[in-house]
Amino acid sequence: MKLSLKVNGRTLEAHIEPRTLLADFLRDHLRLTGTHIGCDTAQCGACTVHLDGRAVKACNLLALQAEGCEVTTIEGITPEGALHPMQAAFRDHHGLQCGYCTPGMIMSALDLVAREPAPSRERIREALEGNLCRCTGYQNIVSAVEAGARALAAKG
Amino acid sequence: MYEFQYHRATSVADAAAKLAAATDGKLLAGGQTLIAAMKLRLAAPSDLVDLRAIPELRGVCPDGDAVVIGATTTHAEVAASPEVRARIPALAALAEGIGDPMVRNAGTLGGSVANNDPAADYPAALLALGATVITHKRHIAAADFFTGMYETALEPGEILMAVSFPAPKRAGYAKFPNPASRYAIAGVFVAETAAGVRVAVTGAGPGVFRVPAMEQALEKRFAPESLAGLTVSASDLSGDMHASAEYRAHLVGVMATRAVRVALGG
Ligand SMILES: Cc1cc2nc3c(=O)[nH]c(=O)nc-3n(C[C@H](O)[C@H](O)[C@H](O)COP(=O)(O)OP(=O)(O)OC[C@H]3O[C@@H](n4cnc5c(N)ncnc54)[C@H](O)[C@@H]3O)c2cc1C
Ligand code: FES
Ligand code: FES
Repeated sequence: MKLSLKVNGRTLEAHIEPRTLLADFLRDHLRLTGTHIGCDTAQCGACTVHLDGRAVKACNLLALQAEGCEVTTIEGITPEGALHPMQAAFRDHHGLQCGYCTPGMIMSALDLVAREPAPSRERIREALEGNLCRCTGYQNIVSAVEAGARALAAKG
Repeated sequence: MYEFQYHRATSVADAAAKLAAATDGKLLAGGQTLIAAMKLRLAAPSDLVDLRAIPELRGVCPDGDAVVIGATTTHAEVAASPEVRARIPALAALAEGIGDPMVRNAGTLGGSVANNDPAADYPAALLALGATVITHKRHIAAADFFTGMYETALEPGEILMAVSFPAPKRAGYAKFPNPASRYAIAGVFVAETAAGVRVAVTGAGPGVFRVPAMEQALEKRFAPESLAGLTVSASDLSGDMHASAEYRAHLVGVMATRAVRVALGG
């Protein structure tokens, strides 16, 4: 079936089986493997992408549900080779160890700061409710989001 | 996931016709429950009819003393809606407490109500507020809508279009969430409405239910102390690895008290 959508600013058309999940479409068809599949059961948030600007779990949606929408993946938040301020904050604050959960964490964090530019640590924890990290504990992740939010606000 | 035919409906009439033409069709809203069930092959519809491109099913609009919320309005949209926040803040807070942000950005009111998961949050609000479910065929009172575990009064092929929530004098919702999914282990919605006080419980039993003894006590005096000593019997409640029936019975009392406090502004 035909699918038309925008991914990371690029308009594209594809022919897919209706049962193709959005996560599989991004990873296998478009080779955007930054969207990770952790649990594949809507629990862990590793597959988080933005659908028309809001964070969703790409493993729990059909690609066809994104028809006419704008999808942003971790690859789309910054030009290739450069680090987004939120990514830089995760590096600076040791907000990751293995990095598997990180793309999802960052996509959730960016959804939060787009609506609340200066969130409290408590709000950051609430916003990351759907993102699990099996390595780090969450202290440094929360610090990273806090710093990333500040860096983005300073940039304007 | 097994193969299926996918259809994008452009109007409610179009959705009804597409569903009627399918051998074993199902409506698709946010997909947060249905896609997961299809991946596990617990559901294997021949056809999916996607409702999300139907504009009249989405949005919040005031209607006299009530707030009417379209079926495909997401939980995040309900939580952020100025009308809902102004007129039924307890409902906005309930929507804000469903699952996690990603689930709230995709999952819809209609999908949750039609699915009637025994641990879902919305059924408690519908029952306590005396809401009306509007389908493409008729109006159904919440009291007649939730008929059992995952069972509703919806007929095969009937499309839930909106829910009309009368604004209460005051209301509050409190839940003890499952720490992983955030579904209710016990959730209690208390509302003081034109028709009296209603206390509706979700998560604790096989379906949402009211607690007349608590309603009568709160009718006399709408205060947390009125609920002292009142509990529900554990014999009709659910017990599982997360909580025994006795623990759930205890939680109902605690959540009801908290909900009254929330309704009173604390
Ligand atoms: C990780 C996770 C955590 C969650 N936590 C919670 C929670 O804390 N509390 C809670 O209440 N829920 C929770 N949910 C469930 C969530 O709220 C779902 O969004 C909701 O139950 C289903 O809504 P949906 O729009 O995704 O429906 P879908 O999955 O698309 O559909 C669900 C069912 O309803 C039917 N249906 C959908 N729309 C209509 C309609 N308009 N008319 C008739 N039938 C229709 C479908 O055919 C299907 O059978 C959670 C889900 C996940 C994945
Ligand atoms: S892979 Fe999608 S939530 Fe875990
Ligand atoms: S850094 Fe390894 S899962 Fe989060």
